[in-house]
Amino acid sequence: MGGGSLIALMIAAIAFSGMAILISKFVLKATTNKQKGEAYECGIPTQGPSWIQFNVGYYLFALIFLIFDVELIFLFPWAVVVKQVGWLAFVEIIIFFFILFMGFLYAHKKGALQWK
Amino acid sequence: MPSLEHIANLVHDWLNAQFSPGLALFFEFFIIGVLIIGLFSILGLVLIMMERKVSAWMQLRLGPNRVGPKGMFQTVADTVKLIVKEGMTPDGVDKLLFNLAPFIVMIVAMVIMAPLMFAKNFQIWDINIGVFFITAISSLSVIGILMAGWASNNKYSLLGAMRSGAQIVSYELSAGFALLTIVILTGDLKISAIVNAQSDGWWIFKGHLPVWIAFVIFMIAVTAETNRAPFDMAEAESELTAGFHTEYSGMKFALFFLAEYVNIFVVCALGATLFLGGWQPLHFGTGTGFNRVMDYIPSSIWFAGKTFFLIFVIMWFRWTFPRLRIDQLLNLEWKYLLPISMFNLLLATLITIMGWHF
Repeated sequence: MGGGSLIALMIAAIAFSGMAILISKFVLKATTNKQKGEAYECGIPTQGPSWIQFNVGYYLFALIFLIFDVELIFLFPWAVVVKQVGWLAFVEIIIFFFILFMGFLYAHKKGALQWK
Repeated sequence: MPSLEHIANLVHDWLNAQFSPGLALFFEFFIIGVLIIGLFSILGLVLIMMERKVSAWMQLRLGPNRVGPKGMFQTVADTVKLIVKEGMTPDGVDKLLFNLAPFIVMIVAMVIMAPLMFAKNFQIWDINIGVFFITAISSLSVIGILMAGWASNNKYSLLGAMRSGAQIVSYELSAGFALLTIVILTGDLKISAIVNAQSDGWWIFKGHLPVWIAFVIFMIAVTAETNRAPFDMAEAESELTAGFHTEYSGMKFALFFLAEYVNIFVVCALGATLFLGGWQPLHFGTGTGFNRVMDYIPSSIWFAGKTFFLIFVIMWFRWTFPRLRIDQLLNLEWKYLLPISMFNLLLATLITIMGWHF
């Protein structure tokens, strides 16, 4: 089929979602008032906006993830040729994993994987 | 009995005989679009029905049984209800991102269908980087979720989206390593090549120990990636109302819901393709009567059967395990699954090089 099919699928997704939302717009009569437009936080009046700076504990995980994800991309071409390259590939991956694992242990030792 | 491959070839030949190649290609794309939209609708209806019936069965109750025979049209009724509900945009939200997020999630869920092999020689595009493509596209869905959560201007949504983001990116690593195990054994990223490599036995039988470990890790990781219980931290009802889609209503909410169920189908189809042989029938030994009988069952039935079995397993998880806490969830991934999958990868490499798989 070729790469055009991806564009076809994308257009299909947009058409499907757009149609669904449009149809529901047509069949109902929407009303607005002040209470209806408020954020739903279990009935209690909202205290301040949500777009503020706050401490996300996931930041360190995201950073470590970035390292591992890049490493995963490097592994894909390696995995394809393992059968042809043989033992050299095994030695290489051990060296690769050793360096990576040392970094992982360092992050662990520093407490980056601790949930606070 | 005509297989899906025959029908596809017939349509292709007919279109090329009637129109110029460019126009024929355009019509094919149009047909693909319509078919995929149809598949989406049917999957949404079937999977939600299945979820409710399986839940009811696990909990010894009846489940939906009023609308239609055995409650089969309950989901249709629900969809009609969602259409006539208002898709509200609250006042405080970031309007552009809020309305864009369902589209992003849907586009990701639909584009990821491209390399899946639904039956023998029946797939949209046999990309030469198939597995990699799926890994790459599936990680985009987290953008839609973060967008929805942030744009909602709601504390619950924001927290749900943050949790969901951390969870999806974490478990992506383990899922990626599990996929790599099969790529090493096959030596190809193409979905068709991976399925063909299993014609003399599925990887779960041929690859023994590393593939078993990879399969278990894969199932755990995709359960977390699709935000399913016991890893449904993103929308833990008792803590965060509904997580990242608290503010969504009507059709926009339905799109999130649909994309979630389609994602479950996609990951289970991927698991069935890589570990359980895709459309390949179950074979024992060579040339026996049993194999002939198995060959007689159409390949599309095999694929659907395996996929729905895995979906059933994921639904089974939901009613078996209690929900994890967020720190337990991250611990499980970073301290157990990730090191195990790394060593499993080494084991798989060793077994591939030594030729110890069958």
